[in-house]
Amino acid sequence: MRETRTVRCETLYARPQCLIDVPTHYCAGCGHGTVHRVLAEIIDELGIRERTIGIAPVGCAVLAYDYIDIDWSEAAHGRPPAVATGLKRVRPDRIVFTYQGDGDLASIGMAETIHAANRGENITVIFINNAVYGMTQGQMAPTTLVGQKTKTTPRGRDPEQDGYPIRVCELLSGFDRVRFLARATVTSAARVRRMKKLLKKAFRYQIERVGFSLVEVLSPCPTYWRMTPVECCEFIEETMVKSFPLGVIKDVSAGEDGDR
Amino acid sequence: MSGNEAAAEGAMRAGCRFYAGYPITPQNEIIAYMADHLPLRGGVFVQAESELAAINMLYGASAAGVRCMTSSSSPGVSLKQEGISYLAGSELPAVIVNISRAGPGLGDIGPSQGDYFQTTRGGGHGDYRCPALAPSTVQEMAEFTYLAFELADTYRNPVVVQGDGMVGQMMEPVALDHLRPPRPHQKPWALTGAAGRPRNIVRSFRGVKGELEKHNIKLQEKYDEIKRTEVRCVKIACEEADVLVVAYGTCARIAREVIAWPPRRLPGRVGLLRPVTLWPFPCRQIAELAERVRGVLTVEMNAGQMVEDVRLAVEGRCPVHLLRRMGGAVPTAREIADKLVALFG
Repeated sequence: MRETRTVRCETLYARPQCLIDVPTHYCAGCGHGTVHRVLAEIIDELGIRERTIGIAPVGCAVLAYDYIDIDWSEAAHGRPPAVATGLKRVRPDRIVFTYQGDGDLASIGMAETIHAANRGENITVIFINNAVYGMTQGQMAPTTLVGQKTKTTPRGRDPEQDGYPIRVCELLSGFDRVRFLARATVTSAARVRRMKKLLKKAFRYQIERVGFSLVEVLSPCPTYWRMTPVECCEFIEETMVKSFPLGVIKDVSAGEDGDR
Repeated sequence: MSGNEAAAEGAMRAGCRFYAGYPITPQNEIIAYMADHLPLRGGVFVQAESELAAINMLYGASAAGVRCMTSSSSPGVSLKQEGISYLAGSELPAVIVNISRAGPGLGDIGPSQGDYFQTTRGGGHGDYRCPALAPSTVQEMAEFTYLAFELADTYRNPVVVQGDGMVGQMMEPVALDHLRPPRPHQKPWALTGAAGRPRNIVRSFRGVKGELEKHNIKLQEKYDEIKRTEVRCVKIACEEADVLVVAYGTCARIAREVIAWPPRRLPGRVGLLRPVTLWPFPCRQIAELAERVRGVLTVEMNAGQMVEDVRLAVEGRCPVHLLRRMGGAVPTAREIADKLVALFG
């Protein structure tokens, strides 16, 4: 006699609904894919797909709109915070985020970044810091580490000539209307879960109209760091975090400072 | 009111609901008027950190489907050119008011038409054009700015109101009642959140081989349609004219005074053709008149920019001459009359 038994299956892990099922153009071991997935999970979990508008940068993530199924706008190099300002000001009930690299956000677009932050635009900025210009073949970025070799620092970044890497979170932390600043990375499952938690908080703050938030993600670039993906993760954990410490840099939740 | 204030008022009556700008003389009355009035009339005013930020804020507001405007003067408009190219490439409507001043470089704040090439040739990188309207009175500052919004939405393209420091600063009575709230344009392409429809993407990037050429061909077809349908010019006393003056903006105001002078002070009957759209340029209208006049005098506050378009339109049918002033100088009526007598007397 055969015994019959009902087995209950539960989906524990699946592709987020708004993550489009296509291969990405990113290099093997790149951090963008992980951040895209986490972003898609957050949009699904917060139920904001139908009112979220993304601003894609110029840089490796220029095609971000090919991967997440929401409304998207392009922006000129460095200008996503300005584009986001225009969008959010005329559609204050929509969720607007920018997705930017280090060259876009901290070099050519530094003025837009600082002023959007200082105005306290109620937007979320996702800042991918891989310490190099990936799309244009690996030149020095504003976040390139001291001594790091790139196409334009063939003998390593020399602070006497190029200055020190810019810490964006610390730079913005002094602005009164900046509400949330955090730095995370994608080097392990635990780190990714932590990054998701921080990024989700940033989106929640926007939904609750708390104000400007930015989450920086230290992200591997195996191609232009000339390392394997595993070596990249070790490099972030052992070296990069010394210049860019992980954690919450600023968190002023709604109503605490009486400025609203 | 001043020409600058009239432009701002015309914009608001056209339904402008977002303005971003950066201070620069001689257009500061626009940014001040917008700061004062726009928030009270349901719109958003932002003083941008730079001209770059201002034009890119327009990119965002326009992508969201809202009528939007920025204003500046020549050096600031130079800074906006990258953004205007992106607006054109992404087919986003927007209005840019340029109250031009004399260059090159910092130059000075005096009126100038030295931006003619920049305005009529696109100005930024890539193959694109922006319709450009040239007001010569304060009334037209209001009306042309209003019209610019209609053209921008109709063709999904940035539109330039090309004034100068003179028409921007002068004060004249203005009638505004006929600038009624416009019929809203449908914008199914706008970014509003992908609710109940497939998502929208606003972009100029075309990375797939062949796609960018297709996009460019589509843009050129649009520009051809604009050339067919949107040429505007004003002809004064052209029917019987022996000699034709071509001038726009401030120069047209002065030339208009000259052609009304007694015939004994002029070399025969002088007509005036005033381009209202600098692009598309009234080529056919000029060519028709060139068939039967003795010659053409172009009057400009630059080194001679529009005169190239006049020559292209005339195609050798008659001689084309230039009277020019530069560096913020404005031609006088007597100068124009003397030049006409010297050339055709």
